[in-house]
Amino acid sequence: MNILHYWRALSGIVGRELLRFLHQRERFVSALVRPLVWLFVFAAGFRAALGIAISPPYETYILYEVYITPGLIGMIQLFNGMQSSLSMVYDREMGSMRMLMVCPLPRWFLLSSKLIAGTAVSVLQAYAFLGIAWLDDIQAPPVGYLWILPALLLSGMMLGALGLLLSSFIRQLENFAGVMNFVIFPVFFMSTALYPLWKIKESSELLYILAEYNPFSQAVELIRFALYGQLNLQALLFTAGAFILFMAAAIFGYNPSKGMMVRKGGGD
Amino acid sequence: MQLIKIGGLGVVALFSLAVQAETVFVTLEKDNALAVVDPLAGKLVKIVPVGQKPRGIAISRDGKFLYVAASDENTIKIIDSDTLQETGRLPSGADPETFAVSPDGKLMYVSNEDDSMVTVIDIAAGKAVDTIKVGLEPEGITVSPDNRWVVSTSETTNMLHWIDVKTRQVVENTLVEPRPRAASFTADSQQLWATSEMTGTVVVVDAASKQIQHSIRLLVPGVSADLVQAVGVVIDNQRRYAYVALGPANRVAVINAQTYQVEKFLLVGQRVWNLAFSPDQKRLYTTNGLSNDISIIDLDEQKVGKSVAVGRNPWGVVVKP
Repeated sequence: MNILHYWRALSGIVGRELLRFLHQRERFVSALVRPLVWLFVFAAGFRAALGIAISPPYETYILYEVYITPGLIGMIQLFNGMQSSLSMVYDREMGSMRMLMVCPLPRWFLLSSKLIAGTAVSVLQAYAFLGIAWLDDIQAPPVGYLWILPALLLSGMMLGALGLLLSSFIRQLENFAGVMNFVIFPVFFMSTALYPLWKIKESSELLYILAEYNPFSQAVELIRFALYGQLNLQALLFTAGAFILFMAAAIFGYNPSKGMMVRKGGGD
Repeated sequence: MQLIKIGGLGVVALFSLAVQAETVFVTLEKDNALAVVDPLAGKLVKIVPVGQKPRGIAISRDGKFLYVAASDENTIKIIDSDTLQETGRLPSGADPETFAVSPDGKLMYVSNEDDSMVTVIDIAAGKAVDTIKVGLEPEGITVSPDNRWVVSTSETTNMLHWIDVKTRQVVENTLVEPRPRAASFTADSQQLWATSEMTGTVVVVDAASKQIQHSIRLLVPGVSADLVQAVGVVIDNQRRYAYVALGPANRVAVINAQTYQVEKFLLVGQRVWNLAFSPDQKRLYTTNGLSNDISIIDLDEQKVGKSVAVGRNPWGVVVKP
């Protein structure tokens, strides 16, 4: 087993995912339409919603559109992570998962490849979204567009790992609606994507605590600071920690002899 | 020779880079103080007491002295711009708010709101030399760069009064929208831009005919019209853009001064009041009366870079090169 095998497997998985992404043009469009609707319709009604406080990384007053842009990038990655978990369930139902899993490479490597593939797709989507936002005068300093790349990679991997972990629990495609209601919505709304922490604190202390320790919040803050050329160390460590945790659990979950596969009746 | 010239230019360029640092002075109406801001670092340097209810502020031509209207002390104070110590007082009349210094730096024209007149002060002598009757509640006041006209805006009479500098007589009046607040001449003295608070309007008046050439109604999308109250107005030296502070609309309007189209609204702090350019006109400083800060606008990019907290009720702003 040499490095070439690993490379072949990685490029095969990433290539398949990118190809699938490019062929499903509707998926690309729908992945963009969702945050754009939030940006142009939802945010338009709340232009002055943030009141008068200025919180880092912002140095002056901002419109609501500017505030939720990093949150919507997080949303793109969250949905993408869940979507790849959906595709894992689909793969399992169709049998292509079996082909992947019998490949003589370590399981962690195969799952990581799958994750990198999903993240690559979400990064493309995020940049497309930022491009459209730029045209609407939501513009960050140029260096931010460079710094956001490593942030997007880490947050994409973290949310993808969460998706992987969930997919190890889901037996059938139909259960995805449950993921939507029990994971995506709470994770998204109980975060700093839509409102800053100080604003959440004004309404509820409990919600504030939930939002602060929500890994999605941390990923969004990491993206937000990076977009303004700054590093939020706490968000970086928290996001990296969450990634390692979710990934370890997902690798365990995909273990045919021990993990969730056993409970599901031997996997696919 | 050419080489020496180029070298000399290089030295000049370096030197000008080194001295580019400028200082922003802001009057704090409620703190009875003057805030000193380093705008390039975006930091408040210090706050010094300056007198009761300071509002209007100007700087002498050589940059050595600040003139600060201490409204509740019924005087205009002369402050050394380096030591920030008071060096003298000018007899402004009651409750001075706004005033303008003539381009040669010799005379000062002060609006006396309660007495409906303009007081003319000889700065060197420290004496009031004349008073000129104008409309009710004079507010904004400005002198044309060619030193021909003083224009006083009266809030209740809704007029711009054109005072001939030589005769010190009102020779013409221009009727404008209700509550005219501020007025500024273009650098070539050809046009006067004046704002009306009640209707959120800015008018462009031809200085030769004293007739309104253009009237621009400022409507901010998503902000109710009664919140759009036009106050401070400045025009850049090349007359490319005019900037108008919109009070409780919390925005500065960017108007193309050639086409008279509003190109942009820039979000700043609450109740934006007065405006001042940096000496190179690359930045614009705004005082935000209710959010207690000033906003620094990058004019090349037409973006608000930073807002700096300064103290309670920032009112007037002036820049020392």
